[in-house]
Amino acid sequence: MLLSILLQATMATGVMKFGAALGASLAVIGAGLGIGKIGQSAMEGIARQPEAAGNISTNMIISAALIEGAALFAIAVCGFIL
Amino acid sequence: MSKKIFTIAIILLFSLVSFADNRLESDSVAVATASEGKMNIPEFILEHIGDSYYWHIATYKGHEISIPLPVIVRSADGEWHLFSSSRFEHGHSSYKGFKISHSEKYRGKIVETSAQGEEIRPLDFSITKNVFALMINSSILVIILLLCARWYRNKGTTEANPKGFVAAIEMFIMSIVDGVIKPCVGKNYKRYTPYLLTAFFFIFINNLMGLVPIFPGGANITGNIAITFTLAMFTFVIVNIFGTREYWKEIFWPNVPWWLKVPVPLIPVIEVIGMFTKPFALMIRLFANILAGHSVIIGLVCIVFVTVELGTAMNAGMTVLSVIMTTFVNLLEVLVAYIQAYVFTILSAVFIGLSQAEPHHQKSH
Repeated sequence: MLLSILLQATMATGVMKFGAALGASLAVIGAGLGIGKIGQSAMEGIARQPEAAGNISTNMIISAALIEGAALFAIAVCGFIL
Repeated sequence: MSKKIFTIAIILLFSLVSFADNRLESDSVAVATASEGKMNIPEFILEHIGDSYYWHIATYKGHEISIPLPVIVRSADGEWHLFSSSRFEHGHSSYKGFKISHSEKYRGKIVETSAQGEEIRPLDFSITKNVFALMINSSILVIILLLCARWYRNKGTTEANPKGFVAAIEMFIMSIVDGVIKPCVGKNYKRYTPYLLTAFFFIFINNLMGLVPIFPGGANITGNIAITFTLAMFTFVIVNIFGTREYWKEIFWPNVPWWLKVPVPLIPVIEVIGMFTKPFALMIRLFANILAGHSVIIGLVCIVFVTVELGTAMNAGMTVLSVIMTTFVNLLEVLVAYIQAYVFTILSAVFIGLSQAEPHHQKSH
């Protein structure tokens, strides 16, 4: 069912565009999972040690930014394909 | 006291709503005339987030209200030309052999036609919309910060405490210095503080002005890859020029098992690639975030015009939805404006801090 819809979409728009869209969505899924995991751990860390909140949030932002950077690389590549 | 704050918050909220309305108004007329039938949404969005030779404000009853900007070009025979972009009549006519291209390759750019009939790009130093907006925003920033600096010059830094606006700016600056620059750069942070603060406030004011939908704002400056490239280049140059001997040693001869360095220099190659991907990530991050924000806002505004064919009731409902969503996303983008400026500064500070590496003390006693 899903596969046939995907196949139809591929036929309609061309493999290149479909690949670009698929790549961008996969990148976003990956980044979402990654940043969610960072947020979860940071919240747990802050809950256990509220006095370290400042340090934890700085490092959280840095690691979230690094993941976001990797995801945006992927999206930029997909944009070039398009 | 709390009542006062509440009133101010309400006034601010309403002024923002009226901003959103202004944007709607100016855009609606533009769309209505731009395409009598169906509107081409992707093209419309691209036109709004792109650069241009005149600053379009509104189209009123088919008459375009826009600010013409100076065009400075050097033609192929080495002659300089300076004229107003109003000579092009919004791309409908040519002037001195120059015209705004409609071809696939140089779409929307100034070209001249060579003897062979091909379109060639002259050297183009025009004050375009982005350049003009950059000048406006930079002057606003300089005025704000020099006013604060003058307060300190008059009163001295120890005698009195600043109040009001100056105090707010001081708090803002010190939060960046104490929260970002000091912990991330390390002990000789004072040397890099001017650059990092400049980068932060430059990005922040340009992000914010990009969110103001009426005239002096609304240009997509930090969502322009040339601007973010230049900013990232500054960080790249500072990191590599002021990098210590230890920083270069860690790139070309890191402390890893020897077979990772000789005969195939695996880790050094990865480190050298990392040297370039760090500023590249800075460039792409700021560019993509701001571009995406502008596109989403314009896309939400476009809902109004897309739903026209669905009937009046549907269109009215969707218009209300669109205004609410646009206001919401615009406020969200204020947050993004701060976060992106903050992230650029924090990552630049971390990269500079990494390049200030000190030699490790060997445990050899």
